[in-house]
Amino acid sequence: MSTQPVSMQPLRDPLQEPRKPSRSNVARRSAMDWIVSGLAILATLLVLAPLAAILFYLVYKGASSLNLAFFTHVPAPVGEQGGGMSNAIVGSGIVLALASLMGIPVGIAAGTYLSEFGRGTFLGNAIRFTADVLNGVPSIVMGITIYSMVVKPQHHYSALAGGIALAIMMVPTVTRTTEEMLATVPHAVREAALGLGVPKWRTAISVSLRTASPGIITGCMLAFARVAGETAPLLFTAFGNQFWSFNLNEPIAALPLQIYAYAISPYDEWHRLAWAGALVLIVLIMVSVTLVRIFANRGVLKGGS
Amino acid sequence: MGAGIKVEDLNAWYGSTHTLQDINLHIPANHATALIGPSGCGKSTFVRCLNRMHETNPIARATGVVKMGDVDIYRDASPVEIRRRVGMVFQRPNPFPTMSIYDNVVSGLKLNGFSNRRVLDETVERSLKQAALWEEVKDDLKKKSGASLSGGQQQRMCIARALAVDPEVLLMDEPASALDPVSTSKIEDLIFQLKSQYTIVIVTHNMQQAARVAENTGFFLNGKLVEFDSTHKIFTNPSDKRTEDYITGRFG
Amino acid sequence: MSMESEHGATTPVKPAVSLPPATERTLAAPAAAPSPVREFLSTRGSGKMADSTFAAVMLACACSIFVIVLFIFWVLIQNSRLSQAAFGMKFFTREAWDPVSGDFGALPFIYGTLMTSILALIMAVPLALGVAIFLTELCPRPLRAPISFLTELLAAIPSVVYGLWAVFVLVPLMRDTLGPFLVKTLGWTGLFGGANFGVGLLTASIILAIMILPIISSLTRDIMTAVPNSQREAVLALGATRWEMIRIGVLRNSRIGIVGAIMLGLGRALGETMAVTMVIGNHPDISRSLFAPGYTLASVIANEFSEATGDLYYSALIEIGLALFLVTIVVNAIARLMVWAVTRGAPARVS
Repeated sequence: MSTQPVSMQPLRDPLQEPRKPSRSNVARRSAMDWIVSGLAILATLLVLAPLAAILFYLVYKGASSLNLAFFTHVPAPVGEQGGGMSNAIVGSGIVLALASLMGIPVGIAAGTYLSEFGRGTFLGNAIRFTADVLNGVPSIVMGITIYSMVVKPQHHYSALAGGIALAIMMVPTVTRTTEEMLATVPHAVREAALGLGVPKWRTAISVSLRTASPGIITGCMLAFARVAGETAPLLFTAFGNQFWSFNLNEPIAALPLQIYAYAISPYDEWHRLAWAGALVLIVLIMVSVTLVRIFANRGVLKGGS
Repeated sequence: MGAGIKVEDLNAWYGSTHTLQDINLHIPANHATALIGPSGCGKSTFVRCLNRMHETNPIARATGVVKMGDVDIYRDASPVEIRRRVGMVFQRPNPFPTMSIYDNVVSGLKLNGFSNRRVLDETVERSLKQAALWEEVKDDLKKKSGASLSGGQQQRMCIARALAVDPEVLLMDEPASALDPVSTSKIEDLIFQLKSQYTIVIVTHNMQQAARVAENTGFFLNGKLVEFDSTHKIFTNPSDKRTEDYITGRFG
Repeated sequence: MSMESEHGATTPVKPAVSLPPATERTLAAPAAAPSPVREFLSTRGSGKMADSTFAAVMLACACSIFVIVLFIFWVLIQNSRLSQAAFGMKFFTREAWDPVSGDFGALPFIYGTLMTSILALIMAVPLALGVAIFLTELCPRPLRAPISFLTELLAAIPSVVYGLWAVFVLVPLMRDTLGPFLVKTLGWTGLFGGANFGVGLLTASIILAIMILPIISSLTRDIMTAVPNSQREAVLALGATRWEMIRIGVLRNSRIGIVGAIMLGLGRALGETMAVTMVIGNHPDISRSLFAPGYTLASVIANEFSEATGDLYYSALIEIGLALFLVTIVVNAIARLMVWAVTRGAPARVS
């Protein structure tokens, strides 16, 4: 690796004069050291500041607006007090359930392929790379694609379209975590099953996937948490709804959509509800992420070989 | 009852490395046969060719004829079918970490779709007894995970797991190399008892172990079978100079 | 563990070397009465059909990832035909955006996107590197996990919540405090001219910077952790200070990966939609002032898509989506390759 001479002592002949670091140079270098350490600490504090500010405002503004009505009522018409986001919470649940039903099985299967069949092959690497790249495609692009493919031909927005858009976003995340978790299953465990004459498919399902299941569940929850807050892909698919709807073929309300709509509205009452909605959303997401964290730290294979 | 194994002109490769060269060998039924040799000599590859585990590695390849009983395992059957008839015990205990002791032992049955509870219960008891583990675990068969046992117990559980499918041949790839002396001696006792019912092939780097448990011994060197004879002959009067060097410790 | 006596059967004495000669009763006939277990297993098929079906299904699901990417590409191409025909490649260099007369060009959005993303990177990169250096090299061990957890929490906050916070906290702060301060100190640059409403390019860049920070810092941290300790020790042994060790031993060895991490952050910034839409002012202007309202590729789609009544209007917005898709694909692909080059395909962290 690169080992160029550094901005340290210029080389002198060590035999001629005993090297004595000049005082000013040492002082400069150690000052630099302190400055950089200080800057790094400052940067960390600067990064944590917005987090603290966001959480503070969420709790401060959101908690004061939360009440029972928020969880039981549908949005009130303009100008009226009160109202809640019950339909949006349930709507989010429905859209996310649809997305999980479509996205998670495909993602797990794709991850299983990458780990159990495609390891080291060109196809496997290409799929892994594509999954990573797809992961970075902006969510709004998914939104307009599904709009053009599903909503436009049908001439109406629908919960189903929203679910498809979110499912597409889940696939690459679930694929990659499944693959990573399967990679932690020791090869010896697979050999044990194969050595017993268990067919490969059964080994993959009952041994590899089952052994990695805590990690895979973790990954699915992370993917879920990530799309739970997505707004952009739902704007032109699920669209939002001021009323209850359980029909998958109709526009449906979703929490992030409702927060967005209320945040950019001119009414104070709605701003209040937007904060409350954001608090609820973030609590739901953070609870799942924290649970995931605890899961992950417990280790996938405790006491395993 | 076990089946004898007849190996003719077996060659095996890992990638471009020729790990086994023209092996011809006759392993008698219902006896223990030991395979010795320095590490990397091909003895592990050889046993892995006997149940077609060798080919689970995508870069591995084998040619030749291996007959188990009357079945040519490379022509007449699929790898899955062969592995059901040949139990295998690996170098390190490899229990299924998510399964209980009970499920570990009958995994070869359950994962192959066998579900008769009564037979499963009997099988667990029979094979754990055969593996001399029954007394130690009979009270928490379903409570404890297979991975919670000690290393020696895990290895005996893996032996029980291999015996549960009632195989004709039992392959053991250095089954005691990762174990302490007490566990090792238990495993050796087991082999001694089991060899009347199964054809046992045991790979070992421990010559005393080979001498203690096996009737016949083969010596591998650099991918070739140098000598195969009765254990007594190998250890007292080997016909090949290289075998003599190896067993007298003058080798490498 | 020494319970020899627990063996069920009596342990036979081990003879040193026993020698029943190699008998010729090989190839033994099957046992007289095969056990139910062996009988059952011998009737089970080879599972070849099930195996190949399973492999095919897994492969199909894996290939669905290709299909999704190609499908998005194809749909966007198909639906932007009209706009492509009307404006050709000039679409990306024209400044006009007039839905009423049907005159469309993407330049203001490209400008807004690049401007906000670059500003965000300028703010986020030094901070992210600082955090990564702090976490890998300076931080006391017990603080390491909580702080990296907190920075990752930043990544878990949804875009719309950032937007909400920006609208009600950052915008007033910008309008009343930060903006006037910038005018006073940096007004001479000409970057802070015009009226300051609080919304605009700079506000959008700040919120973007906050959002991409955790991505860059967590990846950079992973990459710096991957630098072997021997590299650090080698430099320290030469008498380097800690900072010199970090600069020479760590940063220099991980620079490709760090550039990759920055590009991943760039990819995220280019496509970020909701928070930007809420604070950028949504006006297709190209203005030198950072206080001026702007528009990005993503935010114009979010804002105008549902009102796009005319076919050409719709098609022009889809073409903007296509451009966004292609640019982020390229940026992400390059970034992934760079990160992979360093971590050698080790787990890529997803936010």
